[in-house]
Amino acid sequence: MGRLNEYQVIGRLLPSEQQPTPKLYRMRIFAPNTVVAKSRFWYFMSQLRKIKKSNGEIVSLNVITEKRPLKVKNFGIWIRYDSRSGTHNMYKEYREMSRTDAVEALYLDMAARHRTRFGSLHILKVVEITDNESLRRPYIKQLIQKDLKFPLPHRSANPGKKIFAYSRPSTFA
Amino acid sequence: MADIEITLASWKLVEVGRLVLIRRGPFAGKLAAIVEIVDHRRVLVDGPSAEAQKIVPRHVLPLAHATLTPFTIPQLPRAAGTGPVKKLWAKNEIDGKWAKSSFAQKTDKVERRKNLTDFERFKVLRLRKQSRYEVQKSHAKVRAAQ
Repeated sequence: MGRLNEYQVIGRLLPSEQQPTPKLYRMRIFAPNTVVAKSRFWYFMSQLRKIKKSNGEIVSLNVITEKRPLKVKNFGIWIRYDSRSGTHNMYKEYREMSRTDAVEALYLDMAARHRTRFGSLHILKVVEITDNESLRRPYIKQLIQKDLKFPLPHRSANPGKKIFAYSRPSTFA
Repeated sequence: MADIEITLASWKLVEVGRLVLIRRGPFAGKLAAIVEIVDHRRVLVDGPSAEAQKIVPRHVLPLAHATLTPFTIPQLPRAAGTGPVKKLWAKNEIDGKWAKSSFAQKTDKVERRKNLTDFERFKVLRLRKQSRYEVQKSHAKVRAAQ
């Protein structure tokens, strides 16, 4: 299991006399644990509706597991993130085994390219792209071409790498 | 000008059906087939060998932890399930081919020598001495004939 999990969080306003059955809100949230998942739920809820932790409750919280974790899939992810100078929307593609893997790769990628922190990134949508025609990013398109093959030139066969060696390694493995 | 013959270097390729030797991690030393290429650094592998202790479950393997072997399962469909891979694995006699390769023979030998008892090691020493003596004798004969 990786660093992140996908949680389904369902919450609502606290029931009152005027509204004994308040409307339920469901979110799919990527978080390292349930505490962070609930916190992110209230963060998004307070942004979207007039519901806060103080006047609401969480009805259910459960982990969403990947249906086929042994299949390679292409994911499209729509995000919104706050950079140092403004807010941007983005679309990115990843080729991974699960939704959580794709989102983990996204966080690492965004941290590397834009120095984005976990808190300044909103995941809007994660979609598995089954139709290869609708893939947009050249790197992913390159990986789905028919009969893909490539060599691994110049690498050492020895798994244990030491700093110093008494002979030059063979690089033909 | 002399004719220069140019032959292309024959690289072992990362491709679906290529057999890789796993060099690191829990399945180190075992053989698996590439089932699908995830990206330029990782592949999905599956090693449904006939022998239970040599089975590699389907998982994502970083290419840095693998060594490509000269063997392939030709015409392995992309993202084939463990069942079909197992069938083609048996049909192409991968286990037998691998056991015959010099790498497998060498590692087998090293493994066997490692587990010898003290007396067996002594026997190896004596036998090696004997065989060396025979070789030297035949060499001496050749030298005397010249």
